[in-house]
Amino acid sequence: MSAPARVPPLDPALLAAISVGGGLGALLRHSIGLWWPAGAGQLPWSTLVVNATGCFAMGVLMTLLLRERLTHRLARPFLGVGFLGGYTTFSTYSVEIRTLLESGAVLEALGYLGGTLVAALAGVVLGAGAARRVTAR
Amino acid sequence: MNTVLVVLGGMIGAPARYLVDRALAARFSSRLPLGTLTVNIVGSAVLGALIGAGAGGWLLSAAGAGFCGALTTFSTFGYETVRLLADGAYGIAAGYVAISVAAGLGVAYAAASGIGRLAA
Repeated sequence: MSAPARVPPLDPALLAAISVGGGLGALLRHSIGLWWPAGAGQLPWSTLVVNATGCFAMGVLMTLLLRERLTHRLARPFLGVGFLGGYTTFSTYSVEIRTLLESGAVLEALGYLGGTLVAALAGVVLGAGAARRVTAR
Repeated sequence: MNTVLVVLGGMIGAPARYLVDRALAARFSSRLPLGTLTVNIVGSAVLGALIGAGAGGWLLSAAGAGFCGALTTFSTFGYETVRLLADGAYGIAAGYVAISVAAGLGVAYAAASGIGRLAA
């Protein structure tokens, strides 16, 4: 972005798609967390896996959109902004690092902090790469 | 019931993120993804406050897992960082990651202890 974007007027269908997607994404994240709870002082594996898989899916999605394999105007709002945005979380990550530090699990905290970042970035790259290979002409 | 609250919170948090991003993009031009950065920091603060206040049950589900979870995002953050790196903006990418993590953690701490002191 090199200049302020001229924003089109708010589209109710777009907002609805984002909203429904967000609700579903949050539901999936929450369900995985219930199914795989983290014990005190332990690495929050479910959040890590959720964020990593969400980033992988984002890499796939953005590549499909860029390559115009997905063209529905609500695809990105529903799947990207909505679902994957609702599925992945930064707030939980921040608070979980704090909780680990507060309980004295400093190594785990640092490992979780860095490990999530690595997994997230790798996820995006791998997802984009996979989608590129699958859509190769 | 908790599940319904998580979904409802998510249905509010995700569009809120979109609206914040739109508003900031309309006002500021920056290679730094200000929208994502803002919601991730704000969401971390809100969740920190909830935790610090000892919120549980329905409130934590709706406002925490639901709203904050959907307001904030790691997928957009990750994608934006990779795009910056792919475009050669290594410094901006590193700064984006560093500020996001440091500020997110910082406000989570501040909000949690701040609320704790208010409630004491």
